[in-house]
Parts: sequence; C-alpha cells; structure tokens
Amino acid sequence: MEPIGAVTKRREMLASLLGGAAASQLLACRRAPDEPESIDGRLGAPDHAFGHRLRDGLHLEEWDDVPEERTRVAIIGGGVAGLAAGWRLRTRGISGVRLYEMESSVGGTARSGQNRHVAFPLGAHYLPLPRRDDRVLRGFLDSMGALEDDEGAEHVLVREPDERVFYRGYWYRGLYPYAGASNEDLAELARFEGEMLRFAQSRGEDGKPAFTLPSRECSTDPRFIELDAIDAETYLAREGYRTARLRWLCDYATRDDYGLALSEASAWALVFYWAARIHEGAEETSEVLTWPSGNAALARALAEPLRGRIDTNVMAVDVRQQAGEVRILLLTPGGARRRVIADRAVLAMPKFIASKIARRAKLPDIGEPTYGPWWVANLHLASRPRGRGEVLAWDNVIYDSPSLGYVTATHQTGRDSGPTVLTYYFPMTGDVSEARQRLMDAELETLQTACLTDLSAPHPELVSRLERLDVWRWGHAMAQPRPGFLQEGARFSAGKASGRIHFAHSDLSGLALFEEAFHHGVRAADEIADAV
Amino acid sequence: MTDADTPEPGSAKPSGTDSDVAASAADGRPRLPTPLLYLTVLIIATSGLVYELLAGTLASYVLGDSVLQFSTTIGAYLFAMGIGSYLSRFVGNDVARRFLEVELAAALAGGLSAPLLFLGFAYADFFSVLLYGTIGLVGILVGLEVPLLMRILREHLAFEELVARVLTFDYIGALVGSLLFAIVLVPTLGLNRTALLFGMLNAAVAFGGTFILAPLLRRRERTRLRLGALLIGGVLLAGFAQADAITDYAEEGLYSEPVVFSQQTPYQRIVVTGGQTGVQLFLNGNLQFAQHDEYRYHEALVHPAFAAAQEPSRVLVLGGGDGLALREIWKHPGVESATLVDLDPAMTEMASRLPPLVALNAQAFEDPRLTVVHEDALVWLDEESRGPFDVIVVDFPDPNNFSLGKLYTRRFYRLVRGALADGGTLVVQSTSPLYARQSFWCVDRTMREAGLHTHPYHATVPSFGEWGFVLAQKTPFDPPSRLTTAGLRFLDDRTLERMFEFPPDMARVAVEPNRLNDQRLVRYYEAEWSRLAP
Repeated sequence: MEPIGAVTKRREMLASLLGGAAASQLLACRRAPDEPESIDGRLGAPDHAFGHRLRDGLHLEEWDDVPEERTRVAIIGGGVAGLAAGWRLRTRGISGVRLYEMESSVGGTARSGQNRHVAFPLGAHYLPLPRRDDRVLRGFLDSMGALEDDEGAEHVLVREPDERVFYRGYWYRGLYPYAGASNEDLAELARFEGEMLRFAQSRGEDGKPAFTLPSRECSTDPRFIELDAIDAETYLAREGYRTARLRWLCDYATRDDYGLALSEASAWALVFYWAARIHEGAEETSEVLTWPSGNAALARALAEPLRGRIDTNVMAVDVRQQAGEVRILLLTPGGARRRVIADRAVLAMPKFIASKIARRAKLPDIGEPTYGPWWVANLHLASRPRGRGEVLAWDNVIYDSPSLGYVTATHQTGRDSGPTVLTYYFPMTGDVSEARQRLMDAELETLQTACLTDLSAPHPELVSRLERLDVWRWGHAMAQPRPGFLQEGARFSAGKASGRIHFAHSDLSGLALFEEAFHHGVRAADEIADAV
Repeated sequence: MTDADTPEPGSAKPSGTDSDVAASAADGRPRLPTPLLYLTVLIIATSGLVYELLAGTLASYVLGDSVLQFSTTIGAYLFAMGIGSYLSRFVGNDVARRFLEVELAAALAGGLSAPLLFLGFAYADFFSVLLYGTIGLVGILVGLEVPLLMRILREHLAFEELVARVLTFDYIGALVGSLLFAIVLVPTLGLNRTALLFGMLNAAVAFGGTFILAPLLRRRERTRLRLGALLIGGVLLAGFAQADAITDYAEEGLYSEPVVFSQQTPYQRIVVTGGQTGVQLFLNGNLQFAQHDEYRYHEALVHPAFAAAQEPSRVLVLGGGDGLALREIWKHPGVESATLVDLDPAMTEMASRLPPLVALNAQAFEDPRLTVVHEDALVWLDEESRGPFDVIVVDFPDPNNFSLGKLYTRRFYRLVRGALADGGTLVVQSTSPLYARQSFWCVDRTMREAGLHTHPYHATVPSFGEWGFVLAQKTPFDPPSRLTTAGLRFLDDRTLERMFEFPPDMARVAVEPNRLNDQRLVRYYEAEWSRLAP
C-alpha cells in the first residue's frame, strides 16, 4: 500500500514536468505504479554545454596562427540532411567532401543506442515506403537493401502485428479504437478517410499533386494552401467532425509527426500527414519501413560513402564567404581550433543555429520557426510485458495518453521472447519555451515516473521486468508546422544558396520528416555538383 | 481484529478517519472501523482480479493459446461484473448481511472455479457452457461486492471521499493481484491452489466482516454467517490439501492417459502422457505426436528429402526438439553432422532425459555428430550465413500465432534457401491439406515465392488425420521414387510415389503467399481450424 505522501510527491513531480492540468489527467486515468526506491538509468541529451559556447563572444584574431586545411566541399552538420548531401555528392562522383559534426556521432535525431541484446532508436524510427517516382530516395533505399523487386524488402517492412491501441483496459489491433465505436463514430471515420483519399488524389491548377513528399513538390493552388491559414482543430470543427475518437486520432497524428496538439498545428499539415502517404492511384496509406535501431539504420547507410571523411566532436563557430571561398572556424570540446577553407559549404543545421554561425550569409526566408521539445525513454526489460487483448506489436499506442506510446526494438529481429527494449515517445506540447524549460529542469526520476505512470495502465507489472530506464531529452527536436508556416506556398522554394554557402535541413520545409531532410540534402548537393 | 461492539478509541488510524468517525457518531449512526473496511476492499479487489486472470489463463491453457480465448473470457467476466453491479440496486436495507452472503458465495464459487473447470474440461461434454457459467457466476458475485461495500461506507464518508478511497484501494488491489498472480502464485501454487487460497481469503473476509459490521447485523445473522464462513473455509482448505490429487485427476481426464511429465516453460506448456498406447506429447494442449503412429509422420517427414538429395551428409533440423526426426535421420549412415535448432531448452532437455522419450527417439541426442542450438530459427538463420546443408528438415508446430507464423514466411524460406547446398533438399511440415487446405497451399505458394521449386505430398497419420509436407530444392527436380534406406515400417517405394498425388478434395487452391508484413497464413489457419473446433 502506498503512503499518501508518495502520491503527493508524484503529483508534484509530474506537475513540474507537464504542468498541473496534464499531470492530473495522467494520474486520473492511471493506476498508481508500484515505485521502487530508484531505477537505474541515464539522462542524455545533445551536448548542450558545448553547443552553448556559441553564445560566448568569438575572438577572430585568436585563429590567425591556426594552420589552414583545404577541402572541396565542407558539410557542417551530420544529421540526415548533411549525410544525404554527402551521400549525393559522393554518388555523383564529387571528391574532396568532408563532414563536420558537433556531437560524438552522426545521425542527428536518427540516432540509436545498443545494449547486449538489441539496438534501439533514440529518436525517429520509421519511413513510409516512398512513392515509385521518387527515384532518388528509392535508389538510396535499394542500394542499402531495403527494397526487393521494387517493393519494400520483406524483413524491412514492418512485421505483423504492426500496431495496436490500448483502449479502456484492452489492446486492440490497429490505431483507431474500433471497439465499442458507435455508428456515428464509424460513419465519421469513413467520411474523414474518404476526404483524405480525395485530397491524396487531387491536383491543383498548376498540375501538381495537392499533397506529396517531398513537400516542395506540392501544389500552391490556393484551394489547398488556404488550409494553412487555420489550425487543425478549427478545420475539424469547420468540416463537422465531432466524435471524440476521430479528434483523438487526429490529435495523435499531429503530436506524432509534429509534436503539436491539434489546436497548434496547421490544418494543411494535418491533411498532409494522411494524404501525402497515400500514393497516387492507391487507396491506402503506404507501407512502412523500419529497423531495430530505427532511422539510425538509414543514417548509417547514408554515411557509408563518407567513411573516413567524417570528423565528429568539432563545432563550427564561424562560417563566412570571402574571396571566392568559404572560410570555416571549428572548435573541439577540448578547446582546440581548426581552420577549414572550402570551395563550397553546406550548412546542414536548423536556422536558429545557422544564424549564429553564418552571421553575414543571407539565410533562408522561413521566418523564425519554433522547435518543439521532446523526450524519449528507453525501457530495458528482462522480459516482455503482458497485456490484455492483442499481443505485443511494433507500435503500441495508448488512447487518451499525452505520450505517443512505444515501439518494440526486437520486433523486427523476429525475437519474440526474452529481453527487449521499448522506446517511449513524449512530445511536449503547449508554449514552446516554457515546455522546454520544464523539460530541461526535470530530473531523471521525474521523467521515469511520468513514463511509468503512463505505462502502468496497460502494464501494471512493468516495473518488475525493468532493468534500466534511460531518458533522452531533445530540447529542439523539430521545427513545427504551425498555421501560416507555408507562407502562402513560399516555403516550397525555400533553401536558396547564399553564394557559396548552401542550406539543407528539414526546417526549410517546416516538416521534420526523413524524406524532407533527405531531399534538402540532395538538393543542396545537386546545386554544388551542377555548379562545379 | 476488533469487535466493533466495543470500539477502541481511534489510535493507529490514518489521518482523516477520526473526523469521519466523529461525523458519523455525531448523527447517531454506529461507528465502523473504516481502515479495516479499506483492507476488505483491497482483499476483495485482489481476489476479484485473481479470479479473472485464473479464468483467462485456464481457458487459454486448456483450449489453446489463442488470444481470442483470453479476450473473450475476460470480456465475459467484466460483463458479468457489470451485471453484478447492476443487481446491487435490488438489495434492500439489509446491505451488510447481503454483502457478507455475497462474500461467502464468492469464496465458494471463486475458490472452486479452477478445480471445477479443470475437472469439467476433462469430463464434461459442454465445457464452454461450464466455462462461461462459472465466469458469469463469479463475475456477478465479485461485481456485487464493491457497490454493496460502498453503500455500507456511504454512511461514513462524503461521496467524493468515498469514491476516491474505495476506487484507490480497488485499483491497488488489482495491481497487487496481477503482480502476485504472475510472479508468485502461478509459479509456486499452480492454478488450483491459487483459486482455493483466494476462496479461503474471501471466506476469512466474510468471517472478519461479521465482527467489523457487527453493529449492522442481528445476533442470529452473525452466528449463521460465521458458521457458513467456517464451513466454506473448511471445504476450501480440504481442497487445498488435496489440490495435487485434483490436478492429477483432471489432467489425466484431460489427456486421457496418465501424465508422466509436465512443465510450463517461458515458451509453452509441455505435457507428456504415457499409458497403454504409449507416449504422447502435447504443446499448449495440442497433440504433437502419439507413439502408436508417430513413425508414419516422421518417416514421411524425413526419408523423401533424403531420397531426393544427392549424397546427403550435412543435415539441419529446425524445430523437432522431441528427437524423433533425428531418430529417422540417424538411419542414414552417410550423415556426417546434424544441427538441431529448437527455441526451448526445456524441450530438448526433456527429450534427452525422460526415459520413455529417450527410448522412443532411440537416444537420438547422444549421437556425437549432433550439435544442438537453442535459438529462434529465424533469428539464427538471419544472424550470419549458415550451412550449406544437404538436407534441411523444418518441423515447427502449426502456425497458430504470429510468432510461429513468421517461421512460414517468404523471408524465412529465403533464409533457409540460402543455407541449402546445391542439390540439397528442404522439407517442411505444413499442416493438413484436408482440414486446412488454404493453409497448406499457402505454405507451398510461399516457398515458391522464395525461389524454391516444390513438390507437395501427404500421408495419413491417424492421430492427426491427413497430413501434408512440402519438398523443395533450389532448382527444378523430379519427386523421388526410390528410398535410400530400407526396413521402414510405413514407407516403401510404391507408397513414396503415391504420396505426391492429391485427390480432388485436397487439390491446390488459389491463395496469397505469407509474408512477414501481412502474415496471411495465420489468418487462413485460424479461419480453417476454427471451423473444425468443437
């Protein structure tokens, strides 16, 4: 039995992380978990101490004695966009490419961890099979063995059972909770799906598809762009969608892809979530590719042709174009200085960092995007959790939870018993800077408690199987597509180079998806390859 | 326990209780020790959840490990609890007496539920009627408990306090129950004793309740209830002492032969019976072989593959932890090495130690040419490149869930193909082409999709009925017509040739292949076998 004091303490902890109302909501519909003294774990994050040196002043004269290194193309930033730029340059036969990464490993939000049993994602973890005419991305996937006969390779497509949802005490197949759904619920779902299918099959006056990936190939027809003027909640109300289940599904969608609540996301982005994943001529959303390590497998394959050409633990502190070349100043965590002179550079980083490094460059005209905070928990388990209803799936979603549920790392390996790692995702919605502050102030124990409180509803016995619980904090996980982010379609052409400095990042699209980062990397690489 | 006729001054009570009691005393109502009532809620909730888990576990244990079984029993149980809650409104003013009577009935019905169902499955014709009848009865009684108790407590607490506290203890009890059930009770006590123990706990609650709720009961009622509680507790205690005898009696009825070995492993429940007709092996209640005709199955599984292969010397067995396929393999003197991959160490351990099995598989595990690996076959093949093998025998249980279904996918057969030597032969046990025609042809279609050339065949195994296999190689080949070993009991050259002919009722049907990302075979299989289920 639990003393009242422990309950109060938990409430306070959760309130400090989530705010009072959300904390009460989480506690109200969950059983109190059995709390052991403390759980092993580690609190990780991108290296902020290092990153924050950018805020300190820079004394350029101190760099004068540093010897110059020369390279043809310098890529700064080893997230998906930077890696894709490097991959594209190498496959187009451009030599003299070097990539500089601030962290100790590349991959950005597509990084992974590994224990003695299995690899597991720390961030992004799947990729919908791209449409057939996306030759570049398909070509890359084929080269890494993710396709067979122009279809998703069987072992890379998500294995059955792919998805289940925990609704009122039971796990059900799929994402939408069909159990107990009324005729009105089902009719509304069918109407919504039909509407999304129509959007997926529509083209604008300009002949372009209304919604497709990458987003810069979407139509700028005002018929579709006008959706960006309102938020997703207003859109649902305007179209007469009323049922709680459909609203939950849509709210899950915007939190899942964008880290935004329904009321915060652009309605265009909500429709994009569904419509862009239905390929032309198809009736259903495309199949999904995944790996035990999540999208880290994609990042690793992109990095392959750059082997020996990646420097980690080096942070660019100044990038400027001067006399027909790009001069880059780099700093290591130990304080060592490096000077790189390149013909061209790719700034593969979000705008809020680029603006601090390339002060004189003309930065992409995307306004000032907000970047949402997320946290991701890796639960290392000695054995699989039990649950009532449908068996453990790859993606396991909890209805009415502020989290996105969890994915099972061993699912794709075929190992159906014994130890596993569950990766639990939690986007912090609401006021961005306030939420980020709460996240950064939170202690490991608070985040662990929030995760276990949430998961105690489907898995009351989870703690007894838990070996450790690590939490990874992403302070600036992704640029957010809030209403107006398309700038009336101007977004689709964002990313123009500033002389010899090129830009590649998913925040140019405002949609933090692998496909967007990849295509911006490829575009930047093509600009360079075409120019040289 | 304190007799509430002479209440003690509130000493060791949590904060808040004193004022509750004071409030109720002020308006002249009898005082009740509320902490003890919360303890009652806790015990009731714990035992309620344990009964629920018992019913689900038992149903999936005796009826097979299908998700459907667990979901429907638990669904029915919760529904019955709902009925119980509804019925509580018809209880009049004598709430306390009724509550204790319900408690006694729950003790009896819940406590006897597991033994009753075990015996019922073994000896009753209409098991599902009994199953859902028991679930319904226990569910209704448990569903009555909390509403009645809340009505008793209503006199002593404000509504919001009442709901908050009772539900808190209810949920904590559920947590305690689920943890206890999985971690302590089932492993140490088993299902029967767990049920009986919680029945006794319920009886103890009723007995204690006659003291706690004494102010609300007449003297004669108290005496009657106490006698009832003692009687029921005694019956359950006797059952508890005799639980092993009940289990043996039930399991023997269940398996129709004496059980000589049974073990619950992390992967499955293994039961071996032995009697007049010989040894039988059951996994999760499904018959794997019966001694009197298993030679038909294992001769048909192994020897055609050897007959079709060229000078086979390196052999791989996937599944087949009972060692019976191995016994047939060792009949070929050309075999230089064999590797057996079976997920469950308990299975090979048993097959190499348990005397009747060791006799049946002719000490197959003693052979120095054998290497045993305990690993999921898909993971083992995927980890690194294996082989090459001249003969690969794939002998898994039927694809009745996704974990087994993945071992029948195109991906799996591609991996197996990669481990096959040039000219090597693969054989797959592939369920019944008569009872599960689509499933059988789905296996064949899937193997073809994986780039294999196949010859399906079938044999009659009376314990199973008409059974199917698929023979395959990497390049086109003719079905074998001459056996390479003599002295078999079932197969000769004429029988071998005829196995490859399919009469119209088992002929090929159009089906989709089975892939990891759709697992169509599991759905074919469930649909086909559920049509045959009683």
